[in-house]
Amino acid sequence: MKLLLSNLVVVVSLLLGMPLIGIGQESENLDQRIFLLTNELRCLVCQNQSLAESEAALAVDLKNKVVKLIEQGKTDDQIREYMVSRYGDFVLYDPPFKLKTMLLWWGPFLILLLMLIMAKSFVSNKKIITGSQSYTEEQLRNARKKLNE
Amino acid sequence: MIKYLSPLLVFIVLAGFLAKGLYLNPKEIPSPLIGKKIPDFKLSGLSKESPLVFSDDLLGEPFIINVFASWCGPCLDEHPILIELADTKAIHVFGLNYKDNSSNALNWLEKHGNPYQSIGVDPKGVVAIDFGVYGVPETFLIDSDGFIRFKHVGPLNRETINEIFKILEELPK
Repeated sequence: MKLLLSNLVVVVSLLLGMPLIGIGQESENLDQRIFLLTNELRCLVCQNQSLAESEAALAVDLKNKVVKLIEQGKTDDQIREYMVSRYGDFVLYDPPFKLKTMLLWWGPFLILLLMLIMAKSFVSNKKIITGSQSYTEEQLRNARKKLNE
Repeated sequence: MIKYLSPLLVFIVLAGFLAKGLYLNPKEIPSPLIGKKIPDFKLSGLSKESPLVFSDDLLGEPFIINVFASWCGPCLDEHPILIELADTKAIHVFGLNYKDNSSNALNWLEKHGNPYQSIGVDPKGVVAIDFGVYGVPETFLIDSDGFIRFKHVGPLNRETINEIFKILEELPK
């Protein structure tokens, strides 16, 4: 009887615990989501910190806003869109690809290309000077004479 | 000739970009809200007697929204200019009291003068977030249809007031 009772207690407490485990998992996922989102949003008043890192009053307000939007069932993209529509692309740490930001994305490659072209012409110019120029007998004789002096 | 001039040219271009960069204000964030309609809001007035303020009630004529707080130093800097603007009676100035204590705000206005024709209270800064506010004071110019035409972050000066009036003149009547 005693054994049965204690078994029952174990089973009941397990059953009671189960939904709690579920909730714990869910809130952990939620925390993770909030953290990831606020980590890629820039704090407007302390510009080299993300919302997640910042303790500034506005950052706290915006973090709360993110939480609220998540609770309303908004997707990450919708929340990003919400912030961008109010604070501009500036609020994103990862600048989107646009006509205006094209130079930012392609600039380094453009410079690299330019450098490669310059390097190529530099190298081929050098070849002409050392390789294919020929001198007359007299020039060579003068040069040797100068070297021996 | 080109060979010798090109480093100079590169230098000039680079110096040009850097010089421009020196004069940019990194704190100034271009607002994506320009040309957009103001968000709907419903705010309680500052004093107990003052009625609720609905965003729709403000429409019909161009008006200015000025975000202020009694705890904000720069708000005091721009205050004389706001008073001056209010005295011209040229435009309705709506004050958005941002994350402030109402009795502090009332005292502040009594002490320094009240340039606002109506005031809405935003104790948690919720409406301010909808307006993309990130630094007080901020000032918006709204046209009669409720579209944001101009935004200024930081204390107003004579130049900004002139700019506001210039935009105001260009607005269709």
